[in-house]
Amino acid sequence: MGPVTASLEVSGLAFAYPDGHQALFGVDFSLARGERVALLGPNGAGKTTLVLHLNGILGGGTGSVTVAGLPVGKQHMAAIRQKVGIVFQDPDDQLFMPTVREDVAFGPAAAGIRGAALEERVRGALERVGMQDFADRPPHHLSFGQRRRVAVATVLAMEPEILVLDEPSSNLDPASRRELADILRSLDVTVLMVTHDLPYALELCPRSLILSEGVIAADGPTGELLSDDTLMRAHRLELPFGFDPASVTMGA
Amino acid sequence: MHVPDGFIDAPTSAITGVVAAGALAVSLRGARRELGATSRAGEAEYGGERTAPLAGLVAAFIFAVQMLNFPVAAGTSGHLLGGALAAILVGPYTAVLCVSVVLLMQGVLFADGGLTALGVNITDMALVTTVVSYAVFRGLLAVLPRKRRSVTVASFVAALVSVPAAAVAFTLIYAVGGTTDVSIGKVATAMIGVHVLIGIGEAVITALTVGAVIAVRPDLVYGARGLRQRLRLRVNGTLVDAPAPTTPVAARTSRRTLWVTGLVTSLVLAGFVSFYASSNPDGLEKVAHDKGIDEKTEEHAAAGSPLADYGVKDVSDARLSGGLAGVIGVGVTVVAGSTVFWALRRRRSADVSPVDTGV
Amino acid sequence: MGAGHAHRLYRHGHSPVHALPPHTKLAAALLFVVVVVSTPREAMWAFALYAVLLAGVAHHARVPAGFLLKRLLIEVPFVAFAVLMPFVAEGEQVRVLGLSLSVNGLWGAWNVLAKGTLGVAASVLLAATTELRELLLGLQRLKLPPLLVQIASFMIRYGDVITDEMRRMRIARESRGFEARGVRHWGVLAKSAGALFIRSYERGERVHLAMMSRGYAGAMPVIDEVTASGAQWRRALTLPCAALVVCLLGWVL
Repeated sequence: MGPVTASLEVSGLAFAYPDGHQALFGVDFSLARGERVALLGPNGAGKTTLVLHLNGILGGGTGSVTVAGLPVGKQHMAAIRQKVGIVFQDPDDQLFMPTVREDVAFGPAAAGIRGAALEERVRGALERVGMQDFADRPPHHLSFGQRRRVAVATVLAMEPEILVLDEPSSNLDPASRRELADILRSLDVTVLMVTHDLPYALELCPRSLILSEGVIAADGPTGELLSDDTLMRAHRLELPFGFDPASVTMGA
Repeated sequence: MHVPDGFIDAPTSAITGVVAAGALAVSLRGARRELGATSRAGEAEYGGERTAPLAGLVAAFIFAVQMLNFPVAAGTSGHLLGGALAAILVGPYTAVLCVSVVLLMQGVLFADGGLTALGVNITDMALVTTVVSYAVFRGLLAVLPRKRRSVTVASFVAALVSVPAAAVAFTLIYAVGGTTDVSIGKVATAMIGVHVLIGIGEAVITALTVGAVIAVRPDLVYGARGLRQRLRLRVNGTLVDAPAPTTPVAARTSRRTLWVTGLVTSLVLAGFVSFYASSNPDGLEKVAHDKGIDEKTEEHAAAGSPLADYGVKDVSDARLSGGLAGVIGVGVTVVAGSTVFWALRRRRSADVSPVDTGV
Repeated sequence: MGAGHAHRLYRHGHSPVHALPPHTKLAAALLFVVVVVSTPREAMWAFALYAVLLAGVAHHARVPAGFLLKRLLIEVPFVAFAVLMPFVAEGEQVRVLGLSLSVNGLWGAWNVLAKGTLGVAASVLLAATTELRELLLGLQRLKLPPLLVQIASFMIRYGDVITDEMRRMRIARESRGFEARGVRHWGVLAKSAGALFIRSYERGERVHLAMMSRGYAGAMPVIDEVTASGAQWRRALTLPCAALVVCLLGWVL
C-alpha cells in the first residue's frame, strides 16, 4: 500500500455464470480516491455483474478487485461490504425494513454500532440527503425520488470508501433528478455511477468508462467520449435528441 | 376456513398449538436447507441467510395471490389457498413457514381466525395441505417420466388431494375437540364433499400456475429441481457465445389421453359431490349454507331421529369412518390410477431407468 | 377469507392503550381469549361481563363502537354456521315457534357465537391500537423465533409492493381488453400468478443482495428493543386477570 492508494482497483476480472453465460472477459480499471466516474454501456454489457463483484457478492472467476488496498475475498468480507456501498436500481429492493430509520440503521447496526453512535449515523446520513423529517415513515409511503434518496442514505450511513450507484437517475422526474445530482456533488466519497443517462454522466462525472461485451472499451474524459461518434455508435450508446456534449459546460 | 375462537375446545386448541409449534420448529431448520440449496449460481456465499428475505417474499406472494379472484361463473369466484402451490414452488418446509406466517398475520392484523385457534388453523391449513400435497407430488414425480409436463400433472393431483385432506384434518380435530354435538358424519360429509369440489379448482389453478412458472424459470420450481439440466460452462479469454439453455421438449403424444383421464377423474369426483354442487368458494361458509338447505327439505329426518343424549364421539364413529374412507378412497384411487397409467405408459415407451413405485 | 385482508385495522391514537408496549398487549389479548374459551358455556352472564370488560378497553383506547362492530362482520360465515347448529345437531329437541331445535345445538351455537365474537373483538382491539412495526417487535419480544419474525416483517414490507404489482398486471390485462369471466380464463390468470411468483422470488433475491451488501450475515441487527415496566405489565394484564376471575366464578357458580 503506497501513500496514494486507489479507492478501487479492478484487474483482469473475468466471470461466467455457472449456466455457461460469460459476462466479463477481463476488466481493468482503477479509480483514484474522490473521483466521480460514470460506467456506461449498452444493456447486457455486464455492468450489473461487474457491480456485484465490487463487494464480493459475485466471485469465483479470475482476476482481482481491490478496495482501498484490501483485496475482495472471503477473509475481509465484512470490511469490504462496509467500504463499498451499493445503491441498487430499485429502491424497494434496498429499503427492506419497516421504517426509514431502521433501514438506514441496518448497515451500521450490522457492523456492531449501537446506541447514540448509531442514532448519530442515521441522523447524519438522512441529513445529507435531506430526508431527516421522514425517519419514522414506512418506505412504502414515500415518493419514488424520496425512496431513492433514502436508499443513498442507507449506504452513506455505513461511511463507505466508494459509493456505487446503479442507474441513479432512472424513473426520476427532472426535479428529483437535480436534487439527487446536488446530493451526489456534495459528497466527498469516490463515486462509480452505472448509467444509461449520458447527460447525467456528463453533468456529474469528469471521467467515464465504457463497458461493452464484458471489457472496458474506452476510458477517458466524459465529454470526449460522448463527442466521439464512431465510438458511441460502436457500443450502442446514443445521446438524447438535440443534446450536444460540446456545448455543455461541466460542473465537475 | 379460518377457524374462530371457541369453535374447538381449549385442550384441543392447546394440543394443536403444540403440534403447530413443533412443525414450525422443524420447518425453520428445513427451510434453511431448501432456500440455501436453490441459491443462485455464482454467488460467493449462500446458505441460511437467504431464508428470511426469500420466505418473506414468498409469504407476501401467497398473501397477495389469495386476493386474486378466479371467476367461476356469473358473480361467483374462488381464490387460491396456496398451500400446495407454495410446497411445490419453494419446498414443503418453506411453504409451512410462509403459510403459517400468513395465517399469523391474518389473525393478528385482521382478526381473521381466532388467536387460540391459531394452532388449529396452522395445523390444518399450513401443515396438512403442504405435507400431503408435497408427498403426493414427490410420489407422483418418482413414477412419472422425467418430463416437464409430469410436474404439471403431479401439481394438479397434489393440489386436488391437499384440500380435502385439510378438510379431513379439520373433521378429525372437530371430532376430538368440537364444541357442538353436530354429528361428525354430517360435518365430515359436508366439509369433505365441498372441499373436494374446491380442491378441483385449487388443482386447476395450481397446475396452471406451476406450469406458467416452469415455462419461464424452471430453476425456481423447487419440486422440479431434478428436471433442471446442467449446462456446460466457462470459456476463457476469447469471446464465445454461451450455449443457449436447452429446454426439454415436452412430448405431445399422450397429452390428450392425460387430459381425458384428468377430466374423467374430475367428473367422477364432481359426481361424488354433486349433491353439494355450488360455486361458493369458501368451504365452511358453504357447509353452513348446504346444511340450511338440507334442513328445509329434510327437517323431519333430523327431528325424528331416535336420539336421546349421547355424545358426539360414539354416534358418529361409523359415519365418520365411512365418510373418511370414501374420500381417502377417492384420493388413493386418483393417485393409484395415475401411477398405473404412467407406469404402463412408461414401460411401453421404454423410457428411462426404472424408479421404485413408491405410493 | 375474502376481501377483508386488504385493509389494516390500525387506528392512530394516543390513548393509554396505544401507549402500552406491544408485547404486553399481545400477551394480554392472548390470555384473555384463552380464558374466554375456557369458560363454561352455561355461564351466560360471564360472557356478558367479558363484553363489558372489552367495552371498557375500547372506551379507554377511544376505539368507536361502530368501528369495532363493523369489523365483527368477518365472523359472518361462522354466524351462519352457528345459526344452523340448532337444526342439525343431535340430542334432546325443543320446539320453538313450530321448529324442532336441538338443545345441544342451541348451546353450541351460543358457545361459538359468544366466544368467537369476543375473540374477534379482542383481536380487533389489539390490531386497532398497535402499529404493525410494534406488533413485530412485540412478537420478537415474546420469543417467537427470530427467523419467523423476519419472515413476517418482510411479508409486511413487501405485501403492499406485490399487491401493487398484481394490480398493475390486472390493469395491463384489462387495458388490452381482457376480462376474466369464467373458468375459461383461468389460464391467463394463472399465468399472471406465475409471473407474480417469479417477480416476488426475484425480488427476494435482490433484497437478499441488498442486505448482504450492507453486511447482513444471517442475523438481523437489533435496532430497537421494546421494554415494559412492571407497571405497564400490570396495567395490560388487568384485562385477562379480571377475565380469569369471571371465568373461575363461572366454573364455581
